[in-house]
Amino acid sequence: MTVLPMRGPFKRRQRTATERQVKPLTRLLLGLLTWIVVVAFFFPVLWMGLTGLKTEVNADTSTPHFIFKPTFSEYTSVWKGAGGLNGMAPYLEHSLTITLLATLIVILLALPAAYALSIRPVRKWRDVLFFFISTKMLPIVGAIIPLYIIAKDLHILDHERTLIILYTSMNLPVAVWMLRSFLLEIPAEIIEAARVDGAGVIRQLRSVIIPIISPGLAAAALICFIFSWNEFFLAVNLTTINAATMPIFLVGFVQPEGPFLAHLSAAATMACLPVLIAGWSAQGKLVRGLSMGAVK
Amino acid sequence: MIDTPVAPPQAGTRPAAPLRNYESWIRRAPLVPALVFMFVVTQIPFLLTLWYSFQKYDLNYPTAPRDFPTIYNYKVVFDDPIFRAAVVNTVLFTAAPVILSLLFGLGIALLLNRHVFGRGFLRTLIISPFLVMPTAAALVWKFTILDTTFGLLNYFLRPFGVHNENWIGSFPQATIITFLTWEWTPFMVLLLLAGLQSQREDILEAARVDGAGAWRIFRSLTLPMLRPYLELGVLLGSIYIVQAFDGIYIITQGGPATLTTNLPYYIYQIAFQGFNIGQASAMAVIVVVATILIATVALRTISSLFSAEGMRGR
Repeated sequence: MTVLPMRGPFKRRQRTATERQVKPLTRLLLGLLTWIVVVAFFFPVLWMGLTGLKTEVNADTSTPHFIFKPTFSEYTSVWKGAGGLNGMAPYLEHSLTITLLATLIVILLALPAAYALSIRPVRKWRDVLFFFISTKMLPIVGAIIPLYIIAKDLHILDHERTLIILYTSMNLPVAVWMLRSFLLEIPAEIIEAARVDGAGVIRQLRSVIIPIISPGLAAAALICFIFSWNEFFLAVNLTTINAATMPIFLVGFVQPEGPFLAHLSAAATMACLPVLIAGWSAQGKLVRGLSMGAVK
Repeated sequence: MIDTPVAPPQAGTRPAAPLRNYESWIRRAPLVPALVFMFVVTQIPFLLTLWYSFQKYDLNYPTAPRDFPTIYNYKVVFDDPIFRAAVVNTVLFTAAPVILSLLFGLGIALLLNRHVFGRGFLRTLIISPFLVMPTAAALVWKFTILDTTFGLLNYFLRPFGVHNENWIGSFPQATIITFLTWEWTPFMVLLLLAGLQSQREDILEAARVDGAGAWRIFRSLTLPMLRPYLELGVLLGSIYIVQAFDGIYIITQGGPATLTTNLPYYIYQIAFQGFNIGQASAMAVIVVVATILIATVALRTISSLFSAEGMRGR
């Protein structure tokens, strides 16, 4: 499935020495092309943000308004709930609780595990590592039915703790792989030196390892946060009201009556903002997290 | 598992003899909580799915005899034309977005790897589609872009003689593929940009001095060097995209008819709208078995990738 670009007609063409220096015009056109393509990809996000700042009358038109007087009125009405639609506050609270706790548990479980797979490796560390990643490859639909029935029987359907546990399991393998890749970068001599100085495992962790890999911890936490915050499949099947998260709140807009585009866009923007801000501010670390530590 | 990831560096000397019992348990201790947790949460449900799949288990008739064990569900599933359609759709909705987002990703990464005005800003913009909550993105695409009356696409195409086209209804499969491609292109851009930035400038310069043209450099130096990144993109992209659910649930609900029903969506329908636990479980088992077969190949690839030294970008 590896994709290679086709050999086009360019192949025949032998470039001359002058052509190899990219001409200013070419450079300008390429720069322009870059801007056009990137802005086109970003456009739906921009449009979501813009539409949220309109009034409903301005938003629901077949000829879109690009110039308008921005207003936060829809944001207020999303927050409070309007026209039979729920307010956002409880959903936001569920999402925050579930996401933050799941992320915290992931880090607490993943750091020791990654330690035991890198710095002082257990004997079958390879098998363990691949067990972790293999759980990531199994489709979640393979587990959803028993999860639903177990949750129903244990009366934890629509409870925050159910999603906390499941989001932890969803992100733990990623965090273990990622943190391991950061731990492997610590020079063995540093840890050795700490040990010779008489530092126990806990001391080594606290005063040597954790300070060094704190960017790694932050990156792992960020990835867990993004994936948990955006998760929909488990949330839609296992929650209704009491633990319903932000994606569920948004889906409440799918069968509305009357005009709703501005309302929807304002809600969607608010739902996306935390992850957008987190992702934008940590873009340097993003690729490492997404590739489970493979790409630095 | 044939090949291995990078071996951990040894702090101190590794004893040649097997570790003593208590010592090896001390080593294992930090691993136990995570391992037990993952085992319980991910493996037990799969075993239960297997168990349910051999029962006539229907939540509409919770007290009906379940006839365990029975292969009735598997017979139903294999005779089900919708299941076969869902298999085909799943392959389509995985392969097409992976290939397309890789191609777009490669193009954009090459463009962004040049000295272009506002590069950092553009990089921030391009990752946004991936960060945006898929549910929110799907709603925005459906109601503000592709909508027949209020959609921006119809507005932009009006000068070209397109009037009130119902995009989602007329091109449901293309809609889903477009949406998934848009969502995953940023991921590929990030990956391939990291690959491009790990190129050594001195080697490129040497090639230029030797008279190699841009295309020649791309084909003979850049592409081979990007290969592990492309493979990783295919692998990780497939793992995630094969489970696509949010976009389908919101934009098309699997329709019209079953044109956009993929396996996750069909299993969801049978289990949570039809309440047929047995049949849904049988399908889930088939999906898991198929995934294990594919994942075995994938794991081999990934292990050789991780063992390859030099995957370095920024």
